[in-house]
Amino acid sequence: MTRRRGWTSAVAGIASRQTRVLLKSPALLVPSLLFPMLFFAALAGGLAELARVPGFDYPAGYTSFQFVFVLFQASMFGGVFTGFAAARDFESGFARRLLLAVPHRSAILVGYVVSAMVRAAIIMAFVTVVALLAGLDLIGSPLDVGLLFALALLSNILGSLWALGIALRFRTMNVAPLMQVPFFVLLFLAPVYVPLDLLSGWIREIADVNPVTFLLEAGRALLVGEAGPVGTAWLVILIGGIILGIWSLTALRSAERG
Amino acid sequence: MNGSPALALQVGAIGWRSVRRTLRQPATIIPAIAFPIIMLFVTSAGLRASESLPGFPSVSYFDFALVITFMQGAIFATAGAGTDLAADIESGFLDRLALTPMSGAGLVIGQLGGAVVFGVLQATFYLAAGLIGGATIAAGVGGVLVIYAMVIVMAIGFGAIGIAAALRTGSGEAVQGLFPIMFTLLFLSTVNLPLDLIPVDWFRWIATVNPISFLIDAIRSLIITGWEPSVLLVGFAVALGIMVLGVALAAVALRGRLLRT
Amino acid sequence: MPAIEVHALTRAFKKGPRAVDGIDLTVDEGEIYGFLGPNGAGKSTTVLMLTTLLPPTSGTALVAGFDVVKDGARVRGAIGAALQEAALDRFLTGWEHVRLQGALHGMSRSDIERRGGELLDRVGMREAASRKVGGYSGGMKRRLDLALALLHRPRVLFLDEPTTGLDPQSRAALWNEVARLSRDEGVTVFLTTQYLEEADALAGRVGIIDHGTIVAEGTPTALKAEIGRASVEIEPHEAARLADLERTLAQFGTAIAAPATGAAIRLDAGVADVAPIVRALDAEGIRIHQLRLREPTLDDVFLEKTGRTLQGSGDSAAEGDEA
Repeated sequence: MTRRRGWTSAVAGIASRQTRVLLKSPALLVPSLLFPMLFFAALAGGLAELARVPGFDYPAGYTSFQFVFVLFQASMFGGVFTGFAAARDFESGFARRLLLAVPHRSAILVGYVVSAMVRAAIIMAFVTVVALLAGLDLIGSPLDVGLLFALALLSNILGSLWALGIALRFRTMNVAPLMQVPFFVLLFLAPVYVPLDLLSGWIREIADVNPVTFLLEAGRALLVGEAGPVGTAWLVILIGGIILGIWSLTALRSAERG
Repeated sequence: MNGSPALALQVGAIGWRSVRRTLRQPATIIPAIAFPIIMLFVTSAGLRASESLPGFPSVSYFDFALVITFMQGAIFATAGAGTDLAADIESGFLDRLALTPMSGAGLVIGQLGGAVVFGVLQATFYLAAGLIGGATIAAGVGGVLVIYAMVIVMAIGFGAIGIAAALRTGSGEAVQGLFPIMFTLLFLSTVNLPLDLIPVDWFRWIATVNPISFLIDAIRSLIITGWEPSVLLVGFAVALGIMVLGVALAAVALRGRLLRT
Repeated sequence: MPAIEVHALTRAFKKGPRAVDGIDLTVDEGEIYGFLGPNGAGKSTTVLMLTTLLPPTSGTALVAGFDVVKDGARVRGAIGAALQEAALDRFLTGWEHVRLQGALHGMSRSDIERRGGELLDRVGMREAASRKVGGYSGGMKRRLDLALALLHRPRVLFLDEPTTGLDPQSRAALWNEVARLSRDEGVTVFLTTQYLEEADALAGRVGIIDHGTIVAEGTPTALKAEIGRASVEIEPHEAARLADLERTLAQFGTAIAAPATGAAIRLDAGVADVAPIVRALDAEGIRIHQLRLREPTLDDVFLEKTGRTLQGSGDSAAEGDEA
């Protein structure tokens, strides 16, 4: 890489390198595809009986209900795994070379984020195909369904920025749990198994204010073409993106300082 | 010249080291204890609606779900015992031990001893969390002792599988690769709902034949039902079977790794 | 009885060439034997076989009088080894390592405390031994490693590249201790190294191994004497006179490799030729900018036997005097 690279070509270069690494490495690619499948099987398959809980009236059925969760989970965790890749790059010294070679360092961040979105798109496509075979029912209009996928894809950015912020601050794979666990717990403090109005107790109170709840409820609404907190969901993406963007940019500064 | 110490002394020395080493890694212990407890509270709160399903046992979902912690603890035993030994192989520490009169059996049993001690520690935390969360153990104090017995057998069995993987591959990463496999097995079982509340045919079939389901049902029966001898016997039989398999795999792998004459 | 007796020892792996290809060697009791060779020569494999950690494919080896294949346990009882990575557990303290090792050797608790304390004092690690190994420097780890290897009073000590990566002070300290062990306690030391200096300084006899076979063996002095003659390297004051310099030097010996700014020859008559050379150059009006006289090194021995120089000898500067 020469110092003359423009910002866009730096982003493209980093993104394409990350994507190539992923696609060439079955040990990385296969788990990314398999895990969402596992979740889907366990949730839609193992918990299908929950559709018979009094008050559960999702028009598209339990499989479709769980599809939305799996879609968002796969997308957001695709972002978190990109943080792993960045941490590994720091451990191996490759990231240091990037910092030296790329004049506008924000390109590094954006490059990773773009590669995460590519990864998420691949996983989401795979999950959707399998779900369709398993009985997924896309009732909503093409626009609604399109918005659902757009929302899910953009939620990937939140996962990436969070994980990249950790990776750039600590620059070691030892903090992989720190990237995963808070996100995992946040995800499960949302209406995963049943709709929001069938939750009760302390978890209902948390879920009511959990940003992930709005994403899931909006997604589920879009899938069946019903009204839902879609506007709030976009706001979650926007505000979350800004906050986590600052989080990761400040982390980039700390990485530059070494 | 010093003699070869008795097996018990070897096991003691290796086991003591294993325990000490584990306790000095808070970054590993705390997640291993905390994560299952967090997930217990979160999952059981999220799935409370299951209680209103016709056919669901007449207990709180929390009581129903408590068993998950013990299963997750067992999975951590696999990763923990295996990762430690893999680290010893990678660093050459195993060679250092191999140069002493230590026997292969002493090594494996000692490492497993460490896994058992940690397993018992984890189980104590999980039981405490369960009681704090309001769970009742239907089989009482006797039931708690039986749970500990299951935990010990599972720690040995799953730990031995991890040790076998470590001896075979010599790589910590490969041992970590067991994690997702074990998690998959855990998911495709009766961990979340009883067998007769799983309507999806292929899933129910897998859950029926999955050995993990038998382990889950045995421990769960002590918590939510009381004394069910047939369920317990089957559960223990499966646990012992896994133990025998694990130890056999470890013994074979040991022969391939410890080439000393 | 020799401490180590090796005959036609071979180790072949399933794929690729033999790591050790039929070596013979003998090490007397109390001797320090240096096993010198580049990376991949077969040094570590040899040590693994002699310490019973790897069975040989063929050949025999007796260590401390016991057969490494048939009497592995007895061999292990009689030897100590500090192998290539100071294989320590970073979560344990130095003392915990001592106690673990002692317990596994069947030593009594009081013996472990006494002997362990003595050794830790000897290697200067008594204070650090109550701290976890994770915080030790490379030199400290090596010293602990040595103490652990000696804990059960072995008669034969194997050291596999013991000073790789150490700073000069730590290296010197380790050398002193190894020399003392041999001299005062009669411990036989089998030492592998890539460093010429180390073999030169410590070893009573040296075996040079390359591609699994021993290409030369003897005392360092004898080996170097075999190669024989000293060489001299001269840089003239004026670069233009280089050709004249080369012509003049040609009378005193055979040309060898030299830097671009000078010329070098292997002296036919040895050191005695230096004065005549200086006089000859003076007569030609060639002013000398630098003159270096080199005695042959083990690297030269290696070069002579294998056609290559020893890698990893970067620490040893060219010996000799500068004018």
